[in-house]
Amino acid sequence: MASAHSVIGTQNKKGQTFTDTWKMLYEAPRTPSFFTGSEVIKEALRRASCDVMIAYPITPQSEAAALIGELFAEGYIGDYFRGESEFAVMSQCAGAAFGGARVFTTTAGPGTMRAMENFPMWAGARLPIQMIVTCRGINSPLSIQPDTLEIAYLLNTGMLVWHAETAQDFYDWILKGYMVSEEPDVHLPLALCCDGFFVTHTKDVVNLTPADMCLPPYDPYRSPVPCMDMECPPVRMMRDPFVMKSNYISYATHASWQQEIWAAIERSRKHSIHWLNGLIDTENTDAEILIVASGTAVSQGREAIRLLEEEGVRCGLVKVKTLRPWPEEEIREATKNAKHIFVPEFNVTGWLAKEIKATIPNHERVHAGPRVCGGMTMPPEIIVNEIKTTIGLKKSFVMAGRGS
Amino acid sequence: MIKRRLNIRMSGLGGQGAVTAAHVLAMAANRDGKFSISNPFFGAEKRMAPAESYCRIGIERIYDRGELVFPDVIQVFHPQVITMGKSYTMPFYSGVKEGGVVIINSDQPLLSNDDVERLKDLNVAVFYIAGTELAIEVAGTELSTNMAMIGSVTGITKCVSMEALDGALQERFGKKFVASGGTASLDEAIKKKFAKKEMLLAKNLATVKAAYEIASEWADKNKVELRIGSPAVVA
Repeated sequence: MASAHSVIGTQNKKGQTFTDTWKMLYEAPRTPSFFTGSEVIKEALRRASCDVMIAYPITPQSEAAALIGELFAEGYIGDYFRGESEFAVMSQCAGAAFGGARVFTTTAGPGTMRAMENFPMWAGARLPIQMIVTCRGINSPLSIQPDTLEIAYLLNTGMLVWHAETAQDFYDWILKGYMVSEEPDVHLPLALCCDGFFVTHTKDVVNLTPADMCLPPYDPYRSPVPCMDMECPPVRMMRDPFVMKSNYISYATHASWQQEIWAAIERSRKHSIHWLNGLIDTENTDAEILIVASGTAVSQGREAIRLLEEEGVRCGLVKVKTLRPWPEEEIREATKNAKHIFVPEFNVTGWLAKEIKATIPNHERVHAGPRVCGGMTMPPEIIVNEIKTTIGLKKSFVMAGRGS
Repeated sequence: MIKRRLNIRMSGLGGQGAVTAAHVLAMAANRDGKFSISNPFFGAEKRMAPAESYCRIGIERIYDRGELVFPDVIQVFHPQVITMGKSYTMPFYSGVKEGGVVIINSDQPLLSNDDVERLKDLNVAVFYIAGTELAIEVAGTELSTNMAMIGSVTGITKCVSMEALDGALQERFGKKFVASGGTASLDEAIKKKFAKKEMLLAKNLATVKAAYEIASEWADKNKVELRIGSPAVVA
């Protein structure tokens, strides 16, 4: 901790000043820029004092990965290379993090699935790696279009899982994400998710912090487990692992360690609330009708609320920012007045609606939809229609356009 | 018609610059102080495969994103969008809003009688512009077709200013731009068409202006009005 504090105010080799993260994000002037989500990831990384970025091409994260390669060429990233596959990339990320580096990577869809074995391993090894997930379809027939099904698979890996709505969220949360996941009482990997294309390939206004300020570097000696160095090599884990013992102690160790990982997710709550200003955002939760959503579905929900207002229908909004830790109490409180809770989602199974149903009393209030999947767009009109039909304002609806 | 938001759907083929056109138009709107969002939709990046992009411009913060299902303006960048059904919808104009405009890059009519009737019923005006020919004539390359399309939508709707377009083009082509492999190779291709970067920028802007004039004249003559503004203020 002491070493991280000592560098504040000094400069890195690119002339950026190591700045207190809170000051950088909340007090330093912001410059509005009109960027795609991919460009925004690059700009966040420019300021993240990142030691290692490992890349592998898969749409829709390829552009971001290539742009970070440019950053490496400019000297802003400690090291950068392309792995042999997503599985290799995530394993290499683990190696770099074991070695005490601040690590960043990006993936999407089938890449996330291919690398899946590594995520519980990261969490178990308490490696605070940050992985951007630009969600896309995962099943055959092949699709590169946005679909958030892969998030459902990440929810039980032991990683922190956040779901960004806009490129602005993305920019801020990449930087804040390291602050939360590197806390000694957390020290877990973060899957920072967004809906591919809707965020990565969309040009939108994003307010950037000054380019001459960067995060304090990662201090590996804040890790709650022994970091890998010359005095503490990784051999012990490989040569003499508990798994070979098959006795009470080994089972107890594994059980308590799993509990410790989930306790660390719980402990991340206070830090996430501090940095993200709460695990959820709410608007007009006194309304009888509520939209609860995460990611791009929040944006589409905002447009639907505008359309409903024009027709005199009042509807509130809950934006779920963190999925792990899950904002259980916050959602219970925010939905206590609602008679109808709509959960629009960009996936076929409706995993968010299931989580919400398991959280609140009287869960028959939850309408698990509308849902689109396989890369379909969710026009706000579909949400409006679902709400009006359910509350009895409208009998039937014919989509004049696509998808009819 | 004055609208709080103008939804523009650009249907083209891979390699034509439809994605770039939407981005440049949105960048220009942002420079003008309007709210805008642009995004593309495409499959595996492949020449001549259907590719669409969307540009939303308005007077308030825009959250809506993704495929534009209910557009005010549809731009057809290539005749094959219509003749070979290289569109994400059949027909290509499905979802178009009443009072909208369809802009087609073609030197000859492409719509069937049924299509013409259907669009007439919806009070949708159809404007043909020989955008590729115009690009070859003014810029000396068909790669500037997307500039003719930007000019035509701007000429009809006046959704962005020429100064802002000039700035947006400089921002997009005046400096190093990193994108996907496909886009990067196309950028290289168009740069090779011009001796100097200034020439590329000047010729492209000239193409935008030429199309703007033709489209603007057509809109005046046919009394097609589709503008962005506050309907309350106008009333």
